[in-house]
Amino acid sequence: MEELTAPASPTGTGGTAGAVRTVRAGGLTRRYAAGRVLRAAGVVWAAYTLSFLVMELLPGDPVAAMAGAGLQLQPVSEVRLAQLREQYGFDQPVLAQYVDYLARAARGDLGDSVALGRPVTSMITTALPPTLALAASALALALVGGGALALAATYTRRRWPRQVLLSLPSLGVSLPSFWVGLMLVELLSFRARIFPAFGDDGVRGLVLPAMTLAVPTAAMIAQVLATSLLTALDEPYIQTARGKGASRARLQLWHALPNACLSTLTVAGLLVGQLLASSVVIETVFSRDGIGRITADAVTVQDIPVVQGVVVFSAVVVVITNLLIDLVYPLLDRRITLAGAAAVPGAAR
Amino acid sequence: MSDILITEAGRRAVPQPSADPAPSPARGRRRGRASRVARQLARQPGLALAVAVVALVLLAAVWPGLFTARDPLRADPSAILRPPGARHWFGTDELGRDQYARVVHGAVLSLRATLIAVALAFVVGGGIGLLAGFAGGRVEDLLMRMVDVLLAIPAVLLSLAVVTALGYGTTKVAVAVGVASVAGFARVARAEVLKVRQAVFVEAARASGSRWPSVLIHHVAPHAVGPILALAALDVGGAVLAVSALSFLGYGAAPPAPEWGSLISHGRTYLATAWWLSALPGLVLAALVLATSRISRAIDSDRSRQR
Repeated sequence: MEELTAPASPTGTGGTAGAVRTVRAGGLTRRYAAGRVLRAAGVVWAAYTLSFLVMELLPGDPVAAMAGAGLQLQPVSEVRLAQLREQYGFDQPVLAQYVDYLARAARGDLGDSVALGRPVTSMITTALPPTLALAASALALALVGGGALALAATYTRRRWPRQVLLSLPSLGVSLPSFWVGLMLVELLSFRARIFPAFGDDGVRGLVLPAMTLAVPTAAMIAQVLATSLLTALDEPYIQTARGKGASRARLQLWHALPNACLSTLTVAGLLVGQLLASSVVIETVFSRDGIGRITADAVTVQDIPVVQGVVVFSAVVVVITNLLIDLVYPLLDRRITLAGAAAVPGAAR
Repeated sequence: MSDILITEAGRRAVPQPSADPAPSPARGRRRGRASRVARQLARQPGLALAVAVVALVLLAAVWPGLFTARDPLRADPSAILRPPGARHWFGTDELGRDQYARVVHGAVLSLRATLIAVALAFVVGGGIGLLAGFAGGRVEDLLMRMVDVLLAIPAVLLSLAVVTALGYGTTKVAVAVGVASVAGFARVARAEVLKVRQAVFVEAARASGSRWPSVLIHHVAPHAVGPILALAALDVGGAVLAVSALSFLGYGAAPPAPEWGSLISHGRTYLATAWWLSALPGLVLAALVLATSRISRAIDSDRSRQR
């Protein structure tokens, strides 16, 4: 919510102060960039450590859980359990396990799936393309839909239509996405027979899942963009443009929209995380392959390495997104650099 | 949306008050608040509707017998997969169980999980934020870096990781959802404490020799708790959604229990023939989430108007 109400801050994770302090009027200092990269790496490392702790230190014997939850539900002998413990390194002290795992993770080896025996890294890379296709098409739909909604809502002057348009986003985030998906299947697939209901055959199979995923995403974009547009439209430079005779449409699209888009960029990290996370539910609803599907399957059989791998992977994606925004933002928005230079005179050196 | 904007801006512009404005007799203030709430409800029919929806769901959770006399688990072989009608408001499922009774009796499961989740996030997140903001220095850095990490992992995935570790069940799902929103609470709590920490009365309490836990609990926390409570109200809707999503995925209550997410998931099998099995519980769920978000918006704007 903080991101929604503070559209002027460049990042969701409090990067403002850093950006203002060390950014030079002309662009980025190398120190700022290096600091941000280091911090991002730190977050990824900590995310890995955290997921390791959650998985290893919580009650329950992971090996017994894995063995019991495997493919067959026969009781597993003690000897076999001990073998498994050795195979996965659980007979080692926790710290040794951690160091070993971390060293391998740094090389891109996230361990092997317990249920399938395949390397987690290759499972993720195989599952990535369908999820990417889904997320990208949903994002495209959401950008168009959410953007149009925000523009229409802030352009409308009549009270009632404006209120309705402004409240649509909160409706969008209130609908459970799995339910939206099922209803779309019911209406557009079973009733109208326009799109296939389940599976992932080509573009037509992508339409319904993408629409489902686009609903909450568009709502989020519309919320942030509408807030930013209203803020931008209040600024003095808009008054100036209005005084010079610009039409309302021109004010909105030409003068306010670019600045509002900039502020909306700050929630991109949140958005990417949301897209990844929603794919779990949506890929299950539509029986599509992808990151979400392997996650749901892995949770069902308590396949710890896979869950851990997906958590770390998604953290990496979110962190990289935030990092890119942090690095690009001062280049796009010159006001930050100027404000920073003016506020902290020493920073320019 | 627009009212949030204005009020948020207004709240930020106004310097944080260090004490309540004009002291008034407690009773008078309470009556004033009641009449203000009544007036607000009358002026905003949408808000009144939202309050009514939440009240109905609460009532259904506490006292399901009030809404339906049917047993949610009793199968009726003579009425299988009936569409909604006068006899069965939400239709019946493949065993002839009344879907309306199942939704009513499911309210308590969904609501309890939601409350556990929000309470956990409030206590743990709020605690971390208070401590971080108050302690400052290294402790603050460490705690807030941890919060950054939690924020970097998308909420659903974090919940799924916790579910993997803890196992299935409504309470475990609730804990998982709560863990995922700890970070948000910690950030808001810390921000509030940072504002209050500078206040003169905190300095006075320190100067008069109070120990730091006492200053934190008696002087700082009461003044920081408002926005954290407002966030808790906002978080209820998200928690309802997250809990139902996890139970939709099958990690919640075991099959016969009529938890809302699993009702919707179960109806998926009969989607082509019996749309009502998924559609109607989903509508109730959406109505509840929408209502809580409307109320939390009203609370938020009301709070900032008081300032």
